[in-house]
Amino acid sequence: MNPVGTKPHATNVALLTNAPHATRWKRWVRAMAPATIVLVLCFASYAWDGRQTTAVLRAAITFASPLILCALTGLVCERSGVVNIGIEGQLLAGAFVSFFVSAKYGVFWGTLAGIATGVVLGLGLSVAAVKFKVDQIIAGTVVTILCFGLTSFLYKQGRVIKGRMPTIKIPGLSKIPLIGDLLFSNQVITYLAFVSVFVVHFALFSTRWGLRTRAVGEHPSSADTAGINVNRLRLLNVAAAGGLAGLGGAFLSLQNASTFSRGMSANLGFLALALMITGRWRPFLTAAAALFFGFCKGMAAQLQFKQVVNIPPQFVNALPYVLTLVALTVFSAKVRAPAAAGVPYEHEG
Amino acid sequence: MSDSSLARAKQPERPERPERSERSEKGAATLLKALGPALVPGAAIVIGFLVGALFVWQQGKSPATAAHAVFDGAFNGREAFGRTLEKATPLVLTGLAIIMGLKAGLFNIGAQGQLIMGAVFSAYIGFRLHGVPAAIHIPLALAVGALAGAAPAAFAGFLKAKRNVHEVITTIMLNSIIVGLADWLASRPWRSKTAAFSKTATIESSAAIGRFGKLPLGFAVAIAVALVLSFVLAKTTFGFRLATVGGNRNAAHYAGVNVASTTIKAMALSGMLAGLGGAIETLGVLGHYEQGTSSSLGFDGITIALLSKLNAKATIPSAILIGAMRAADTKLQSNAHIEPEIVSVIVAVILLFAAAPVLLKWITKRVEGDGEQHGLRLTSGWGS
Repeated sequence: MNPVGTKPHATNVALLTNAPHATRWKRWVRAMAPATIVLVLCFASYAWDGRQTTAVLRAAITFASPLILCALTGLVCERSGVVNIGIEGQLLAGAFVSFFVSAKYGVFWGTLAGIATGVVLGLGLSVAAVKFKVDQIIAGTVVTILCFGLTSFLYKQGRVIKGRMPTIKIPGLSKIPLIGDLLFSNQVITYLAFVSVFVVHFALFSTRWGLRTRAVGEHPSSADTAGINVNRLRLLNVAAAGGLAGLGGAFLSLQNASTFSRGMSANLGFLALALMITGRWRPFLTAAAALFFGFCKGMAAQLQFKQVVNIPPQFVNALPYVLTLVALTVFSAKVRAPAAAGVPYEHEG
Repeated sequence: MSDSSLARAKQPERPERPERSERSEKGAATLLKALGPALVPGAAIVIGFLVGALFVWQQGKSPATAAHAVFDGAFNGREAFGRTLEKATPLVLTGLAIIMGLKAGLFNIGAQGQLIMGAVFSAYIGFRLHGVPAAIHIPLALAVGALAGAAPAAFAGFLKAKRNVHEVITTIMLNSIIVGLADWLASRPWRSKTAAFSKTATIESSAAIGRFGKLPLGFAVAIAVALVLSFVLAKTTFGFRLATVGGNRNAAHYAGVNVASTTIKAMALSGMLAGLGGAIETLGVLGHYEQGTSSSLGFDGITIALLSKLNAKATIPSAILIGAMRAADTKLQSNAHIEPEIVSVIVAVILLFAAAPVLLKWITKRVEGDGEQHGLRLTSGWGS
């Protein structure tokens, strides 16, 4: 690697305009081909052993949902030029608040409170990092440590959430074998996670907000010249994106575990950042990376459960991290972060 | 123009516009100057304790009782003080590990995992070798622990230098992997034959780091390391090279510094310090490795590093402060009936204000910072 070499201009353009050199339908083919292969493999496996395939894939979706939400938080922040490593804290605090609000007012308000927590923490982070220009890595670390401290200190045992996160079966679609079971009869936050992938992708690449956000993340001074208020946009984006991580927290405590435990975020927030890098700061690729991670985890759990191979559970648990590390090592040299991620912007003149 | 330059531009005007309170302001300014580098951390500590007191009070308990419990548990008597130093020892070393990285512009958030590596591998040397004199056994175990900590960190440094993977991400992944590895070692091959739960066998007495009276000797090792590192960073070519790379990687490259090799060395050394911390924890305090040995030492190291403003010597008082609170947590629970997690809250608040002097300035409005308006700068994006 040449630390001095300037990156070719072409990559900048590619990131801004979402690969202009490929025609629209070529891009579709390129995106759909792997998806189709995965689908065919899933069905083949389903035909071979329905129960286990469903179990593994369901685990994949369950593991992936909070990761997708957190990775999208990181993605929106970095696309706007702010590195957010406080996601872990936002996730944990979201889980904490949504659990205790649910215990009192029910799941609906709990989920909303989780989202609000993420937004408030995101606002705190962005005020520190964007307005006061505190180092972004340190600001994020502070958010994480603060959330760990506060949630452990304020935690009280013996609360139970009121009601349950409803499971919605989409009429008709949920009757399709395998897919219907996996994709169209889920609990609410899983749907929200997958819908937000589409929403973020559309917003980022097809709206005025998205173009501005990417401009602010790639070349803030140009964006400024064009009349965009760089720091205000960053402030708003980082705060709003925090809501996704907060929702991820609600997933952990309300949908997945139905309880809160100290440190339950278990590094998922950091993992999400790694997945975001593996997914090259693109919503669909990031979601695919998260699903792959979830698949590895689900697979490992099944292998363990069925005693197919006798691997110590510690190694099985570590396997997804090893794979993520390998994926990062392989892909990372080629990818490029949004150019201004991590760099505070000073308006000149 | 930023706030900071405005503030600086204003200062010279003052003598021209004499005000009634000029003298007192001048006095305050000299006082602030005398306090100098301790000002921001000191204020951060005060605010941290105030916030802690607020939380204690909010739970309907007396902050005075809490303060008394902390004093009782941390400083009252030699045994208590020994416990404080014991807790401070790994904090000094993880703090140094973080400083080591930050000097080269690397954020080694994996000190936690590196410390665990040091703890588990030094435990192995400690219980595996029999009949070795202590003069060989202890240094050998410490060295193995330090190397075990250096290995994953060097790997992260390698990935950063050669494959452009950000060290924050890799070291966090490695943390999770190391926790798995250490748990497996402690529950299968290196497990104690007699223990009811999974932990390694107890180390031989020849590997145990003793005490001088009630005071742990491990702390002396930590102080020595802090002094040596302080010298290396300030006075040697290697330290200068680190600072150059940390200041600007491109400029360092132009100046002929081998950025890749410096990055790897800095990470390896950083991991070595954390590993040494883990080794001393095993050999001097616990006598074996068990799961959850170092619940939050890695993150505490970050606090220590920022509190000492990347000054290697200043890690010692900083670590004693945090160590005192950690040493007092049982007293806090038994005497004052306060959840010991309050310590984490206080530590986080201290970190917040130590990391961001500008926040302090914002609160006090008038107090001048000491030149670093934005605090530390270490983010350079994921890619560079």
